[in-house]
Amino acid sequence: MFFNISLYLALAVFGLGLLYKISTWFRYRIGSEGRGLSATERTSAAIKGITSTLLSGKVFTLFRVFIVDVLLQIRLLRQDSLRWLMHICLYLGFMLLLLMHGLDKFITSIIFPEYYSTINPFMFLRDLFGFLVIAGIAVALYRRFIMKLPRLRTGAQDYYGLIILAVIMISGVLLEATKITSYSSYQEMVEEYTVAADEEEFRALETYWVKEFGVVSPVVKPPFDEELLKSGREAHDMTCAQCHSKVQWAFMGYSTAKIISPIALGLNRANIAEVLWYIHFLACWLGLAYLPFSKMFHIFASPLSLLANSVMDKASSSPANIATKQIIELDACTHCGSCTVHCSVGIAFESIPNLNILPSEKISSIKNLASDNHLTEQQLRHLQEGIFLCTNCERCTVACPVGINLQDMWFSVREALLDRGYPEFLMLSPFSYYRGLMRQSLVEDGYREPLARAREAIAAECHLMSPDKLIPLSPADRAFRSGLSLSAQASNFSVCFGCQSCTTVCPVVANYDNPEEVLGMLPHQIMHACGLGVRDLALGSNMLWDCLTCYQCQEHCPQGVCITDVLYELKNVAVKQVREKIPGEMGISL
Amino acid sequence: MKFALFLGCNIPARLNQYETSTRAVLGNLGVELANIKQFNCCGYPLRNLDYKTFVLAAARNLALVEKNDLSLLSLCKCCYGSLKKADHLLKEDISLREEINGILRKEYLEYKGDVEVKHLLSVLYHDVGIGVIKEKIEKPFSALKIATHYGCHALRPSQIVAFDDPVAPSIFDQLVEVTGAESIFWPKQLECCGAPIWGVNDDLSMDLTEKKLTDGKQSGADYLCAACTYCHIQFDTVQKIMLTSRGDNHNLPAILYPQLLGLSMGIHGEILGLNMNHLPLSGIEDFFFVPEVVEEVVREPVVKAAKT
Repeated sequence: MFFNISLYLALAVFGLGLLYKISTWFRYRIGSEGRGLSATERTSAAIKGITSTLLSGKVFTLFRVFIVDVLLQIRLLRQDSLRWLMHICLYLGFMLLLLMHGLDKFITSIIFPEYYSTINPFMFLRDLFGFLVIAGIAVALYRRFIMKLPRLRTGAQDYYGLIILAVIMISGVLLEATKITSYSSYQEMVEEYTVAADEEEFRALETYWVKEFGVVSPVVKPPFDEELLKSGREAHDMTCAQCHSKVQWAFMGYSTAKIISPIALGLNRANIAEVLWYIHFLACWLGLAYLPFSKMFHIFASPLSLLANSVMDKASSSPANIATKQIIELDACTHCGSCTVHCSVGIAFESIPNLNILPSEKISSIKNLASDNHLTEQQLRHLQEGIFLCTNCERCTVACPVGINLQDMWFSVREALLDRGYPEFLMLSPFSYYRGLMRQSLVEDGYREPLARAREAIAAECHLMSPDKLIPLSPADRAFRSGLSLSAQASNFSVCFGCQSCTTVCPVVANYDNPEEVLGMLPHQIMHACGLGVRDLALGSNMLWDCLTCYQCQEHCPQGVCITDVLYELKNVAVKQVREKIPGEMGISL
Repeated sequence: MKFALFLGCNIPARLNQYETSTRAVLGNLGVELANIKQFNCCGYPLRNLDYKTFVLAAARNLALVEKNDLSLLSLCKCCYGSLKKADHLLKEDISLREEINGILRKEYLEYKGDVEVKHLLSVLYHDVGIGVIKEKIEKPFSALKIATHYGCHALRPSQIVAFDDPVAPSIFDQLVEVTGAESIFWPKQLECCGAPIWGVNDDLSMDLTEKKLTDGKQSGADYLCAACTYCHIQFDTVQKIMLTSRGDNHNLPAILYPQLLGLSMGIHGEILGLNMNHLPLSGIEDFFFVPEVVEEVVREPVVKAAKT
């Protein structure tokens, strides 16, 4: 009764959760794709897309990807054979347990009418599948907590996933072991399945089961009478053997039974088997009900992500479907950390404490962004910075075992965040290079505005020189002059004697008829300003952000001033200064 | 001869032909390449943000190479310049090195300062040698005029990168001439390609690229040749963008040096990824030296993309 009610309750929560999650696929979006489209429009676009794909030659691609990537998980194998083994154990073991053992009434007993959980091969297979799952959990624990891969992070969902699986598996094994040793279970079986016989025969059977089947009896104890064993065996062959294979085949349960046998009588009196039974099925129901909201939802979303990405791309798919695919991708993420381990700029996290630098952690922030959870300005700017600290090397996308097109996702989110209007200073660096290469896929204004905004924000902070603006000169800054807190190599600006060689050879200066109007201060003036300690002037010049770092100036300086290095580090100072103004900002830690 | 091949971020993502052509050419010359999967960003873009983060990123790569007891071979000149710079700083500044190593030790890495950072061109010139390359040339070019682009971060700051004479470099010219092509004189040879500012100030970037293209064309070049990821993307991908956004066609496609060398070694264009360049290189095979041709043929590479 309780079993059924709790099961239906769990199923109902699971079903509603599933519907809710699927509805988010069509309601949420993270980029500009799908803007202004209703959930209904997106659903019909998806149906249209799926139908046309299924009717085209792409169906063969889907079939291949389903076999190779979904079932065999070759993408994971290519990366790491240990992880592949781990996941195959987990998913194969669990799926087979679910089908054969969990759903035995609906599947196994229909396919195999002679099915009994106590006969082979079923008894053995149940333990084998369970063993696979437990082995998988062990490898996962090893990978997460012993191997200590740099920057691989374990979050609440990862703990939950491992714990729920472990509870289901361990309670199952313990339940099996307690039942093997249980004297009352044995008595129930005898009552149910044996025809009435005399005391002697019962005793013989019991002796045989205590010796061979691990039952712990309060009456029969070793040493055993050979005669009794022999007749017990005969009785067993006649009445029990048909429906009960040798219990040693249930190798996990049997070995656990051997371990707990000294306390088995106590466990039996306390009816621990029933307690374990409740723990076992309630953990299953909990896992089921919570599945749509946990990372385990990936068992639905990941195959979809793999399949969708094999037939979709930004160029040919409709924006509505790209938006939908990206939300599915967020659900497909298993937080396995492959992207972070392979990330080309992940190392930057060691000195810039922004979790959003790590791709696997960006995904969590983007989930919040997609569901329109209210993110504070600080959170948004952190995410924006994390997304900008990316060289677009595509390694995350190549590494992702569930085929998420992370590169495209970063691109979409980057533009969506820039649209919100927070200036991003990293835009004024080669981190913008890829965005530049992709400019033809963006609207002209949308492309240029954020760049202008970043410059304006820095200018506002540093009082950029402009003809119609009074420049409030800050008093000479001693600390600034005595090295700008720059590295030793970039602190020799004071030996500049103003010959202007740097400015003369600068290709950026040469590009303009009236360079001071465009660039503000020119290289030799910046060196001079540094020497005077006039901070605002040095930091506020457009010249800094338009510097090519071609090192012509430095190469040609007769005084050996490291002009380009000074310009580099002035940018560092400017960015640091402006970042510190962001509410709640932590700054760079190194 | 074995080097750790440092590809950087852009090559695997959008300049695959640079890797395949390099592997083909170096394989032909008997140079072995080790692949270190754990490499990260060279640090170049991080220099604008934070100096120490830049050094940290570069140092991790150097430490990985040192662990494998190899020298590093970079294909990109910006990676080369950054790694050289960081290497220099780490050798000079002991307290910085300690600080950086403190972080690297968390991953069981440490940089002691025993790695030599080299560029593809310096390996070809110094380690392999012009003589050895010459022996491998099977299909020399003739009357092919190449404008070599050295790349800023290989040449300067010369004291640190020590690649070649910063004012009158010749390594690249010699390496081009070994293929039978002529390396022309062009005044803007040592100027910046414009790539570092691409995405930040595109107009400025295109101005600089345009100056180089104009100068190269006026000096009679048939093709521009670079041996740097950023420079090549600038002369190839960005030049193509310029065709539509600025409407001017300089008719000066770019070829990567290992593509040029590979062709003259008789390596198939498909292996060299010629068709992966954005501006077509189809005309270049007309320049192979054919002894029996008497008449002068007009050879003009055509930038087909102009029409699309």
